[in-house]
Amino acid sequence: MAYVAIADRDHVLHDPETFIRKYIWSQDHKVIAIQYSITAIAIGLVALGMSVLMRLQLGFPHAFSLIAPNNYYQFITMHGMIMVIYLLTALFLGGFGNYLIPLMCGARDMVFPYMNMLSYWVYLVAVLVLVAGFFIPGGPTGAGWTLYPPQSVLPGTPGSSWGIVFMLVSLGIFIVAFTMGGLNYVTTVLQARCRGMTLMRMPLSIWGIFMATVLGLLAFPALLVGAVMMTLDSLLGTSFFLPAVVSMGQPPTHSGGSPLLFQHLFWFFGHPEVYIVALPAFGIVSDLLSTHARRHIFGYRMMVWAILAIGCLSFVVWAHHMYVSGMNPYFGFFFATTTLIIAVPTAIKVYNWVLTLWRGDIHLTVPMLFAIGFIFTFVNGGLTGLFLGNVTVDVPLSATYFVVAHFHMVMGVSPILVVFGAIYHWYPKITGRMLNDTLGRIHFWLTFLGTYAIYLPMHYLGILGVPRRYYAFGGTEFLPDSVQSVNAAITISALFVAAVQMVFLFNLIWSLRYGKPAGGNPWRATTLEWQTPDTPPKHGNWGPRLPVVYRWAYDYSVPGAKEDFIPQNQPPDAQAPATHEQVAKP
Amino acid sequence: MSLTVAFAALFAGVVVWAILARKLSAKPWERSVAADLEAGGTAAGTPPAKVGLWAFLGVITSLFGLFITAYWMRMEHAHGGQADWNPIAVPRQLWVNTALLILSSAAMQWARSGANHARADRVRTGLIAGGLFAWVFLAGQLLAWHQLSASGFIASNPAVAFFYLLTGVHGLHLLGGLFVWGKTVVAMARPGVELVDLRLSVELCTVYWHYLLLVWLVLFTVLLST
Repeated sequence: MAYVAIADRDHVLHDPETFIRKYIWSQDHKVIAIQYSITAIAIGLVALGMSVLMRLQLGFPHAFSLIAPNNYYQFITMHGMIMVIYLLTALFLGGFGNYLIPLMCGARDMVFPYMNMLSYWVYLVAVLVLVAGFFIPGGPTGAGWTLYPPQSVLPGTPGSSWGIVFMLVSLGIFIVAFTMGGLNYVTTVLQARCRGMTLMRMPLSIWGIFMATVLGLLAFPALLVGAVMMTLDSLLGTSFFLPAVVSMGQPPTHSGGSPLLFQHLFWFFGHPEVYIVALPAFGIVSDLLSTHARRHIFGYRMMVWAILAIGCLSFVVWAHHMYVSGMNPYFGFFFATTTLIIAVPTAIKVYNWVLTLWRGDIHLTVPMLFAIGFIFTFVNGGLTGLFLGNVTVDVPLSATYFVVAHFHMVMGVSPILVVFGAIYHWYPKITGRMLNDTLGRIHFWLTFLGTYAIYLPMHYLGILGVPRRYYAFGGTEFLPDSVQSVNAAITISALFVAAVQMVFLFNLIWSLRYGKPAGGNPWRATTLEWQTPDTPPKHGNWGPRLPVVYRWAYDYSVPGAKEDFIPQNQPPDAQAPATHEQVAKP
Repeated sequence: MSLTVAFAALFAGVVVWAILARKLSAKPWERSVAADLEAGGTAAGTPPAKVGLWAFLGVITSLFGLFITAYWMRMEHAHGGQADWNPIAVPRQLWVNTALLILSSAAMQWARSGANHARADRVRTGLIAGGLFAWVFLAGQLLAWHQLSASGFIASNPAVAFFYLLTGVHGLHLLGGLFVWGKTVVAMARPGVELVDLRLSVELCTVYWHYLLLVWLVLFTVLLST
């Protein structure tokens, strides 16, 4: 049974006993988090497989005949959509958000557990509809992940009859699922924190997830509006987006719709989406760096304000994705300016991460390696963002591999590195066992160096003018032959990186059974989730009494303290970690 | 689009100022606050369902704001050369429906104040009347749809398409409210139920009803300005 998230309880309530209630129709946030994560990773592997096929085609265009041009476009589309929405958004918010919010805030569960359960099952339906798109006549849509009309619904594009409809319906269902989950996350953070957990004592992971959820709640409606209107255009013959085009010699079926309107709606969602993925990563990486450098996070208040500032600013930069769509130059100037302004709070965060490491007692554990790897990759990807944020630089680069390199670095590789770091960090709490360290190091180094081998050359290709989205190159005399060699090298790196992920999956499964037992707090961390009475935490998380918080989340290496960390729930003058009986009433 | 941005900025500004500004200046690392046991969210005393509802209203505001923005942008687009926007005569039925929705909202308010004054009879009357008026409103909307399609339905006319889209989305949200209303009515019919158990449900229903009335008034104005 679900119960109040924020109350003490003296007796054990009826915890779910049957297998189905405990693991399938569960209302326990931890089980839902694991369900979300497994589903997201599974569909993410599908997207990874598609990228391997695309890379084989690009690297060795004449050696394989695995995919036809139509498949290439379908795979591009599905790869992008799955990675951004069904993997990263679902994993950060549905997975980590679900697991960490109640534990880090000191709550027993989400405030609406039933709706939380529903959120997962609706998400699963969205994924199934998406997958069903592969098995319908015409296959999934090949319109590119941005789904720009009119080409997405006109004949000639793969999946223009049913594939696009399945895509839009799946997105609609996803948004419903996200809204149910998102209302839970926001309300839980606002209303279910334990005693003493003021907003400014929350770990930055929670701040990042919270702000990302707010962004999602306000931005996903834009995608929903676009999806609903395009579905109507495609099925009922309305003309919201579709202009009167003569397609394949047929007379126009639509009157004067506005394709630009869709682009505005899409990017009004699409740009905040970047930060829906990035802000949880920012938050989590702050906690990883602080814990493994045994040092308080540098500039905590500034970090919180930066998260809020980035969240607000992310709503006024969307049109920098549309410089080449044809826009008023003053409009472009405005958006270039806001885009550069958003670099300021982002840069503050980067400085603070580096200053957290400064003179820290750095433990190069696997989560720490991934966190430091994130800083490098994010700085690289972010700097190319400054190039592309300027209209005059963006226009020639926009249709080239430079953009591919930029967004894969900044919102592909960077958040994924954080995901890996976070899994290595919290796996001991989730399962009670450590992941294998050697396999983890192999995983990190090959992934980190491998992704650089993939994406750094792409910047060069982009500056040469290699166009993106092409199935094969021809008639491009301005490109030297070496482009093909670079492409082959990139493909080989990509195959390596993909293969290394299998090591990670093996580690996940192997360690479940054979990993070293972790104990309650293997990283000697301060935050509440490491102070639970059981590992993994039981239903209800905290035993009979909720924790009480006395300090912020970053009391590492405090001068004069016995240990180099002080848990958040340790009372000010107590020598031993807090038990609730020792707490003097204020 | 600028409208939506203005909304988002306003919304974010209000949230930051009202809820956070005071708290966000705390310095959690200072020892003196270590004894500060100000509760987290729990002491605020607001039921989570209420906060959840207000958050949801934020989501709906964003949704309808974007729909209305799309409406205006599409209309501008049509006026800029593509003369495919043929204004429609909004069915007269909508005026009746608007009155019905106002009555519905008023009845819900009556129920809510009844709950505050421990008047079970008023809660019962108000709640049931409010729900019934809402159902009649929905039926009236269907009638308006029918009237419009009888006068010649052209899907490719964006004015027509937007009329169905906006009224349809509003109707779906009202249906969602009626689902919760139905649960409240069933709970009320259960023997031995106390008024205090219903109070929160009645209050939240009322807030949602007022909000959807406000949305409808805005939508109606927008549809009239075709």
